[in-house]
Amino acid sequence: MTTASPAVVAASKLGLTFQTNDGPVQALADVDLTIGKGEFVSFIGPSGCGKTTLLRVIADLEKPTSGTIAVNGMTPEQAREARAYGYVFQAAALFPWRTIDANVALPLEIMGLPKAEQKERIRRTLELVNLAGFEKKYPWQLSGGMQQRASIARALAFDADLLLMDEPFGALDEIVRDHLNEQLLELWARTNKTICFVTHSIPEAVYLSTRIVVMSPRPGRVTDVIESTLPKERPLDIRETPEFLAIAARVRDGLRAGHSYED
Amino acid sequence: MDSAMDSLRSKFLPVTSILAGIVVIWYVGVFFMNAPFQRDLDRRAGVTSSFSELVAKTMSQPKPTLPAPHQVAQNFFENTFLRKITSNRSLVYHAWVTLSSTLLGFAMGTVLGIVIAVGIVHVTTLDRSLMPWIIASQTIPILAVAPMIIVVLAAVGITGLIPKALISTYLSFFPVAVGMVKGLRSPELMNLDLMHTYNASRAQTFWKLRVPASVPYLFASMKVAVAASLVGAIVGELPTGAVAGIGAKLLAGAYYSQTIDIWSALVAGSVVAALLVVVVGLAGRIVDRAMGGRPV
Repeated sequence: MTTASPAVVAASKLGLTFQTNDGPVQALADVDLTIGKGEFVSFIGPSGCGKTTLLRVIADLEKPTSGTIAVNGMTPEQAREARAYGYVFQAAALFPWRTIDANVALPLEIMGLPKAEQKERIRRTLELVNLAGFEKKYPWQLSGGMQQRASIARALAFDADLLLMDEPFGALDEIVRDHLNEQLLELWARTNKTICFVTHSIPEAVYLSTRIVVMSPRPGRVTDVIESTLPKERPLDIRETPEFLAIAARVRDGLRAGHSYED
Repeated sequence: MDSAMDSLRSKFLPVTSILAGIVVIWYVGVFFMNAPFQRDLDRRAGVTSSFSELVAKTMSQPKPTLPAPHQVAQNFFENTFLRKITSNRSLVYHAWVTLSSTLLGFAMGTVLGIVIAVGIVHVTTLDRSLMPWIIASQTIPILAVAPMIIVVLAAVGITGLIPKALISTYLSFFPVAVGMVKGLRSPELMNLDLMHTYNASRAQTFWKLRVPASVPYLFASMKVAVAASLVGAIVGELPTGAVAGIGAKLLAGAYYSQTIDIWSALVAGSVVAALLVVVVGLAGRIVDRAMGGRPV
């Protein structure tokens, strides 16, 4: 990828080995990757391929054991301290004792924003994820899809340019997932953020991404990087077009080449 | 509200049947426990009683080995409702004396327990060094410790409410400390990671995540602690030769073989314990609701 602006994420020869009781486990090996501003990059692969680990390394939730990585030109730790990214977890992870608006306010409180600005940002981000009117509800009063949308709002509230999403829709049913995929694309187009998105669904990866990073396990590594030729404007039925299916087939080939379909 | 009524109804029958069973067994016990002494009395007085007369007499002795439920109930009623509450024969007066040191000890115990838990959760050295001592403290029989506390404090001029409350504190800090350690450590890794991504300080993680997450644990352990506090206050009244309080009432009853008094003091103690547990439980539910808890 050649971009004029500096890379949002630049990894080279990145490796991470966990020391476990059963000996060392190589979660990541020799990962070279550059993500430019405004890209939507999906990481796809079977479980154990290190896609979540890679996201966690970018987020400074794990430390790499070899190679280098830069986020916005800084170390991941500096980037985290500068609140350079918003992280969306597999579960909504909302605090049950906080209402939706208070949950979205959490990062803003921690960053010490003035109350008036907090209010304004909460209003704006809840509108962005179509949750206006649910401010005073508690998480248990919302459906799973709405909870996940609230957690996306929380990650967006402090306006970081980078959004890291770790299988955010993995626990939701397909109808809700389709709907949220559509909304996420819309949100990405409107906010012009860089998004790193971990998934294990091929259609989801192809539908959302400008670039798909195919990974395979033992050791976790990148086996293929696929540029999407789909237009930026993507209605849901684009998934029936030959172009879409061709990209999906390439992803599947990449997974097969990485022995992802073997036992 | 409907569901509350339903649960009351569904609990009412089982609880009353158990109660009825206990009363029946109690009456049978009363006969067997008091009959030998009654036969002795009859023999000395040269009276022969029929079986039914004997049964009636075992139920109405002034100083029975085991008082009958109705004797206890009558004594409890008279000493609770018919006496002025300032009279030292009033159970309300004695219950109040015990209650005041229970509450003081409970408050101190809760604060101490929370402080210890916060220390254990945040300081690794305390986690390793303090916990064994805390557990050991609870294996020492309180009956052995109580007189020492009273005597030592009396020697430095502290008497009255404080020594008794300290014994309550000794018993009540433990469940709170253990419960709060668990509660402060209850947030999931995902929530801790979330705070980490915000670059939250330890204090922010503590106040915004650990503390709210520990509240249900706090109330659960406070329920145990308040009952333990009451036991502590009563035990604290025994070695002091206290003139007032449920413990004093128990001791005086034992001195003068006023078994009925002992039993009604015991009932008063149970009523106070039940009230305390209910009040803590209610406070817990109110707080839970205020913190967005799903109504059950």
